[in-house]
Amino acid sequence: MKGLSASRFCFYVGFVVGTLSLYLFLRQVWFERSMELPVLGGVQGSSVAAVAKERQASVERAALINLNVPHRTGEYSRVADELYQKVRILCWVMTGPSNLQTKARHVKATWSRHCNVVVFMSSVDDPDFPTVGLGTGEGRDQLYWKTIRAFHYALEHHGNEADWFLKADDDTFVVVDNLRWVLSNHTPEEPLYFGKRFKPYAKQGYMSGGAGYVLSKEALRRFVEGFKTKVCTHTTSVEDLALGQCLEKMGVLAMDSRDTLQRETFHPFVPEHHLTGKFSKSFWYWKYCYYPIIEGPQCCSDLAVSFHYVDAELMYTLEYWTYHLRAYGYSYRYRPPLPQGLVERLAQTGRATVGAAGRGTVPAGIIVVGGGDQSKMEVVSYKGAVRGSKIPMDTNRTAVTQQGTAGILFGTKPNFHLSGI
Amino acid sequence: MLSEGSSFMKGIALGGTFCLLLSLLGSFTPGMQSSPEDHHNHHHIKAPTKDELQSLSDTQMVELSQRVRVYCVIMVQPSVLVYWFTAKDTWGKHCDHAVFYSSESAKVLEAVDLNEQDEWAKLRKALKHAYDNAGDLRWFFMARSTTFAIIENLKYLVLAKDPNEPFYIGHAMKSGELEYVEYQSGIVLSYEALKRLVNVFKDEEKCPERGRALWKLSEEKQLAICLKYTGVFAENGEDTRGKGLFNSKSVGSLIQDSMDKKTLDVVEGCCSDLAITFSGMSPNQMQVMMFGVYRLRPYGHNFHDSLIFLPPEGSDND
Repeated sequence: MKGLSASRFCFYVGFVVGTLSLYLFLRQVWFERSMELPVLGGVQGSSVAAVAKERQASVERAALINLNVPHRTGEYSRVADELYQKVRILCWVMTGPSNLQTKARHVKATWSRHCNVVVFMSSVDDPDFPTVGLGTGEGRDQLYWKTIRAFHYALEHHGNEADWFLKADDDTFVVVDNLRWVLSNHTPEEPLYFGKRFKPYAKQGYMSGGAGYVLSKEALRRFVEGFKTKVCTHTTSVEDLALGQCLEKMGVLAMDSRDTLQRETFHPFVPEHHLTGKFSKSFWYWKYCYYPIIEGPQCCSDLAVSFHYVDAELMYTLEYWTYHLRAYGYSYRYRPPLPQGLVERLAQTGRATVGAAGRGTVPAGIIVVGGGDQSKMEVVSYKGAVRGSKIPMDTNRTAVTQQGTAGILFGTKPNFHLSGI
Repeated sequence: MLSEGSSFMKGIALGGTFCLLLSLLGSFTPGMQSSPEDHHNHHHIKAPTKDELQSLSDTQMVELSQRVRVYCVIMVQPSVLVYWFTAKDTWGKHCDHAVFYSSESAKVLEAVDLNEQDEWAKLRKALKHAYDNAGDLRWFFMARSTTFAIIENLKYLVLAKDPNEPFYIGHAMKSGELEYVEYQSGIVLSYEALKRLVNVFKDEEKCPERGRALWKLSEEKQLAICLKYTGVFAENGEDTRGKGLFNSKSVGSLIQDSMDKKTLDVVEGCCSDLAITFSGMSPNQMQVMMFGVYRLRPYGHNFHDSLIFLPPEGSDND
């Protein structure tokens, strides 16, 4: 082929350059335009402001103090707020320098915001994260050392700011509000400890490290005392067992943390494993669990407190399921009564949050018995629902059944709300 | 030298014009596939706000709640029986009436046998069957059994809408000029919309049974075209803040997307609190969803919703 003349050649080059550059330009413009559109998949701008407003935390030394319970819009959390004041929890998270960005960071962004105080315990000080440096090494054999030092640190620096002291791993997810519920009928002046109870090697059993465990203030004092008086020693690296044995020697009681239907609250595995997995009969778990294992949906309480082996994606997913996603208007099957101390406290403070607001009676409502092929309409009258009483639906019912449908009518004006759910 | 320079410039100019022309002609979106709703022509359906609901009288609320009952049209494949079983055991229980439609019969499978392999034909037959058997149900939700739905949130979305008006709701997508609802994230039809649809099914010109011969459009687009002829247009279902309620991905996937985008609050940037559908989850994951949606919650946080839905009888996973 004859050689192209120089100007023709330049023309072709120019053509290609022009096409390419305009393509890139258009792509950029399109991209920016689509970002400007109120993106229906995510509300980015306003959410940042909302987050900044809600997270009122202060950093003190290496601890994060959460000043209030994070709230969703439209939510009434009087009971949660009361429990926040009454059942103060210090969460300390076992982590290490190499896990800060891969694991601890997600704990910081999710469940730890619901603790009264949270401290990230590492072998090394990190003022930016922040983490406390315990002056130990890293690795499995250092776990008990870290635990001992961490608890000592917590009592020494934050003993007055909390009543209960939770230890969790950086791959544990904890629903702190549910932990408060478990602890609400107990006093921190008693030597108690709660968690997922295992039975071997210790008379009263001991609590699984990964699923998280909680010591009362008195239990913590005794733990520290045990080391001072050399009753407890640090020769084993099996952290949870060693702790359990020390506490047993110091007269701390291993408690039953199950809910009122005997369902476990602390879980050593992820939800999917407990809810759908079948544990093979030779699996160690069967021999370890103090209480009978239930497989299937009743494995786990609605008010679950913890799960373990939770990766970053599952951390946020659990936070979404617990604190965000819900079925509108759904009346939960499991509705335990308010803790006794709380009922009195709420009634005392005068603001009626249980039963009718300021009134002795509540207007009648119509409820649909949902789902499936059965649909009957029940007329439930709430006459006589007294302030401070339990869920009205279970008392003073007069039911009228009818074929057909009805929707639920109730609380178009918020006259009451279901207590303590 | 000069002639080469000017040729070069002419080349650039022509190249640029060429690219521009191409993009304008083919509504060519560089780097994007069928892009979501155009801002101006788009239809949205938003869930009612608390104020809107509180402004209604008690009798109005009773009426509304009587109307908002859902007939679930759930499409199953006998080759993946486990999804039929899971849908029946999980979210299907929350429908007022859940009916399964299968391409063929199979032992154990309790479903209406459509005796049909073509997707569009299956959809037509299923919807026609649903219409004929609606009873007094006025809202229809159609989804594949691989989708997970929270029916209570669907009821909340359409609570204040009259089913005697035509509604065709879901995750609205746009392909060229056609706006349609994505099948994978579930399709909601009001009674009036379904009535008009069943009517236009009889018209072979507008809504042919075997689809158009030359190029096969997906069934979700065929549906949109047929509905468009009857004056029913796709609308995007959103919560009060404008977040989409119908998702074609799983929760985990959407969370992962939010993490990848490095949004400040990963959970905020993910999904709505009152989401209606997710898709792409395994049967086990659907069981876990039941726990996450209907059971797991933080003690002491309440909502004063205007409607209450009681749990279905005879189940223990919700």
